[in-house]
Formats: sequence, structure tokens, C-alpha cells
Amino acid sequence: MTLRIFVPRDAAAVACGADEVATALGAAAKKAGVQVQIVRNGSRGMLWLEPLVEIEREGVRYGFGPVAPSDVESLVKAGILQGKPVDQIKHPLSIGVVDDHPYLKRQTRLTFARCGITDPVSLEDYRAHDGYKGLERALAMKPIEIVDEVAKSGLRGRGGAGFPTGIKWKTVHDTPMGQQKYIVCNADEGDSGTFADRMIMEGDPFLLVEGMTIAGIAVGATRGYIYLRSEYPHAAIALNAAIDAAKAAGYLGSSVAGSQHAFELEVRIGAGAYVCGEETSLLESLEGRRGLVRAKPPLPAHKGLFGQPTVINNVLSLCAVPFVLAEGAKAYADYGMGRSRGTMPIQLAGNLKFGGLFETAFGITLGELVDDIGGGTLSGRPVKAVQVGGPLGAYFPRGLFDTPFDYEAFAARDGLIGHAGIVVFDETANMAKMARFAFEFCSVESCGKCTPCRIGSTRGRETMDKVMAGVDTAANLAVIEDLCNTMKFGSLCALGGFTPYPVMSALTHFPEDFGRPGKKLAEAAE
Amino acid sequence: MSRFEPWSEERTVEIVADHKGLEGPLMPILHALQEAFGHVPEEATPVLARELNLSRAEVHGVITFYHDFRHQLPGKHILKLCRAEACQSMGCEKLVERAESRLGVECGNTTPDGRVTFEAVYCLGLCATAPSAMIDGRIVGRVDANRLDQLLKEAQS
Repeated sequence: MTLRIFVPRDAAAVACGADEVATALGAAAKKAGVQVQIVRNGSRGMLWLEPLVEIEREGVRYGFGPVAPSDVESLVKAGILQGKPVDQIKHPLSIGVVDDHPYLKRQTRLTFARCGITDPVSLEDYRAHDGYKGLERALAMKPIEIVDEVAKSGLRGRGGAGFPTGIKWKTVHDTPMGQQKYIVCNADEGDSGTFADRMIMEGDPFLLVEGMTIAGIAVGATRGYIYLRSEYPHAAIALNAAIDAAKAAGYLGSSVAGSQHAFELEVRIGAGAYVCGEETSLLESLEGRRGLVRAKPPLPAHKGLFGQPTVINNVLSLCAVPFVLAEGAKAYADYGMGRSRGTMPIQLAGNLKFGGLFETAFGITLGELVDDIGGGTLSGRPVKAVQVGGPLGAYFPRGLFDTPFDYEAFAARDGLIGHAGIVVFDETANMAKMARFAFEFCSVESCGKCTPCRIGSTRGRETMDKVMAGVDTAANLAVIEDLCNTMKFGSLCALGGFTPYPVMSALTHFPEDFGRPGKKLAEAAE
Repeated sequence: MSRFEPWSEERTVEIVADHKGLEGPLMPILHALQEAFGHVPEEATPVLARELNLSRAEVHGVITFYHDFRHQLPGKHILKLCRAEACQSMGCEKLVERAESRLGVECGNTTPDGRVTFEAVYCLGLCATAPSAMIDGRIVGRVDANRLDQLLKEAQS
């Protein structure tokens, strides 16, 4: 019997040597004269263990990690290539039965259910693990029933804005038929600390293809585009492979799974502009223009890509859809708290012992995520600040660790969950420097269309330089607060509008780093 | 020997023709040009404008908006270090300083001998295995001083 060995193809695993490990395992097997099949699976999301090598015995998978190419020899010596019972394989990198690992056990994986388990580019594997069940059910429904199902699930846009997905779909559904409509997937995951989109696109690309196909059928769109950032070449490869396979099997094309619905899908690559993660900028870019943000209205749902009705959703929103259809809206909505329904794939990153992907129902506290699941800092120093929601998210101090993961709860504390990336900083971080960086990033990435963002970010950076040099601190901090106020309320999109979150939260919670000892600026966050 | 072909109008027209059937073809065309020529030279602007029935200003505007499109040929090797927040939390700025001092150029430049273009990148999505780097398209995680030195050696070869 051929042994199956799993070595992830996920970019995070590859960046830590997974390709070399796979090659070494293949060579070792050849030398030993053992038949092995090396499956390049997605990542399980326990990224501190990558590359995580798994072997299979009677349907149960056992893991070893993090495996360096130089560990392969000792793993082979321990017996991973022989049919040896696993309890006789002793190796320091062994983590036992992978599914029993507490990090996975504590999660509720609806979106990432298959990620790390299957061969991402095998349609056969996808189908064998409940893939395309959602589409099957959707095809038996009227388009408006699909829209209702998504609305009832309570699913909100996972890109950060949290807008109800069902309402977006309904708006496009209700535009007149007989015109070209589009489904656009926002895969421009530019926020530092986020990688869930990348992981799911690399680890289960058919899920996104299925989600977009269902969206197309629901709203009457026959064309879809995935706008993928250029920094994700591995995701592009996986997506294109999945699209080709779906086409060949009749899941994409003029007749989706034999139905009267047509749906074509194409991947387009961005070009390094952070602002293109903003939906209207993204549409401009897809059309072949500078990624200048559009004023709304008109909404993309009415006038989107090429002026046509367009659903534009984040990767994770679209990837939640197959579950909602397959298992029903209620099954999804049963998870969560308040108006935040379902699960959120949370990304634990930065200076953290156990960084990775943790999908769980809304409601878990920030403290549980950082201290308990994330294991505290990798450096071993105390946590100073945690940035939630990417470069435009607020810095939270330990004092706010009781905040539950929920759109409204974070908003109430002048923060946002954004795309659910959490970046942990230890006590060596200088928060004035981080505030300056937020302005600088905004000035580099501003599309330039609106003045508060274009000019405000540059003036903000200059003023922070003065603050950091100790020049007229009180007066300059007043300028910072004033600038933030203008940017927050005067910018056209979230880039300028949210840059005040990291700046003001840093100033509010860590005034001592700004040369403002002791004074807490609760009012400044207003 | 450059790994890229020299720019030619003929090849540019050919590449445009390959993509003309797409909706919104400009971005795919610019990517294809850069892949062929290593950059998108100024001479390409009027050709693209003519072929796509756009103004030169529009084409120039697009090329200069996006960080990815190069206006000059890069060095023999391209080394990128991520400088976004997650990598900052793991000390990427120290690595940037180290690379700058070893290479003798500031981030964003090519060494005078044309061997290495050293750039920042804002997030490779490897935020739980930070700091991250990319060398000639290959991604590298958990970069420390030792690994950076290996990468620099590779880049300077």
C-alpha cells in the first residue's frame, strides 16, 4: 500500500522550507524503496509548527513539526516510512494525532473545515469532503431564496466593514435582468497581520470558486473576477488550478453543473497598491485605471464594474457561503453573539508564541486570544500593545483585553475588528513610532483623491517627527488630534478615515511614549 | 546577460494583441510587459496609448500609480524585506538596517554594481512566521540576522 505523507504547500510553510522537506522526503523514500505519495495540502493553521509533516495510519493523521530538511533523516530513522504503528515512532518533533491538538480542538471550523486536510487542487478530494454541496442545494432553489438564505445567516462582510452580505446581494438581485452583472472577489488582503484569505485560497481554492458561483446564480451574474494581490503568487497558482479543474468538470462555464446558469471566473493580479483593497478603488483597477477611490453613491451594487451591477465581497464572505447553503442559514447563525453571527477566522500574528489561524464563533475575548491561545509573546517579554484589524486598526493595551471579538464591542472601544488580524507587540515597541508609521503608510498608499488623506497623512507624519524630537510637544499633539479629526470625518474612504484609529489609540493608551507622562486622553479618542 | 529581453515596439504590440480581448486589459498588459522586459519603459507609453485608444496621460497615470511597475531595469537580484506591522513586531527594522549597511544602499535602491535591488514590501501574508523576505520571487520566513546574511550572500553572487 502506498503511504500518504502530507507536506503543506501553504506559502507560510514554503517560506519555512516545506518544498525542501518534501523533496528530501521523496528522496528518502526512493532510497528506502518505499512507495509514498506526498500530498501538498493546505496549512492546518498552526503556523509555529510549519512545516508540519503528517503521516496517515488507518485514516488517522499524525504530525511532526516544525520539520527542517535536516530533520528528515531522523524522521525516517524513527520509522515514518514504514508501516510501523505510530506509538512506536518516537521523535522529538511529534505532536501526536493532529486532529486532537488543543489548538484545533478549540476551534469551530466552518470556513476552514477542509483547509489542511485535503489536496487543495484536487476536485475529487473537494467533492469527497462535502465540496459543492452548497451549490447543489442552491441549484434547487430560486435565486431570491438563495439571497434570503444568506441574509438569514446574518453573514456580514468579512473584509472589515461588516456590511450585511445578504443586503448587498439583494440590491444586485433586484437590478433589472438582461444586463451584464458581475461578482468581484476582493482578494487584495493587504493588511499586515492578516493571512486568512491567502490560506484559504491556497488551501481550499474550490471553496471560493463555489462561493462565487453561488453568488452569481443568486444575483444573475455570469462573470466573476478575483482581484488578487501580486504578493500572493502561490494563491494565484492554486486558484488558477481550481478554476481550470472546475471548468473541465462543468462547474464553471456556459452551464454550471448542467443547469441553465452560466458563470465564468477569472483571476486578475493587482500591482502593489494597498488602497486597491478599498472596493471602489479595486473596481477602478480592474477596469485598468489608477486605483482612485470613487465617491458613493452610486453603490457598486448599482454601478460597479464597468458601470454594471456588481457584488463585491471579501474572500472570507464568499467562502462562508457554501456552508450557509449546504447546512442552512440557521446552522451558521447559531454561532456568534449579538449582531455578529457565525464564525470568524481570526489571525494571530506578530510577536506571539503560537501564531496561526483560529476560526471561532464571535464572542471570544481579546485576552483569551492573545494570552491563552496565542501563548503570549515569542520574545517572552510582556505584551505592550495589540493591533487589531490591520494597519488601520486601533492599538489596544492589556487593560482592554476583556473586549469580546464582536463588531460592535470593538467599535464601542474605538477599535475595529477589520479583517480579524491581531498583531502582538512586546514592551520594546515604541507607540509614538507606530503612530508615525500609520501616518507614513497612509501617505505612501493614499490614492490622492481626497485632501484629508493626501495632505493630512503627510502633515501627520511631519508633526509626529516633531513630537518624537520633543519639539513643542503639547502644541504638536493638539495638531495631531485636530488632523485625526479632519481625516476621520473628511476622508472619502477608510484609508484616510481609519488612519486616526492607530494614531489616536496609541496616543490615548500610551501617552508616555509621546512625552505626555501620565495624562490619559480618553476624550482624544472621540 | 540580462534575464529580460530588450524592449521593442514590435514585442509590445504583440503583447497588447495577446490581451486585447480581455475586459479591462491594461493591468494584465503591464504585468506581461514587465515580465518580458523587467520594467515598463517610458517608450512603451505612447505605444500602449495608440494600441488601446487611450491618452498618453492615462497610460502614464496608471503605470506610475502602482508600486509594482518599474520604470528602470532592476538589479540582477531583487531582495525585499517586509516592513509592515507584524514584521516590525519581530524586529524587521533591525534587519533593514543590517541589509542597508551590508549593501551600502538605502532601502528602495539598487547597488552601484547592479547586482542587488533592495526594496521594502508591505506584507507578504506570512505574519505568523515573521519577519519575512522575498528573494527573486522566493519567499522566506522567520528571517533572523543569520538567514539575512545568507540571503545577502545569495543576492550579491
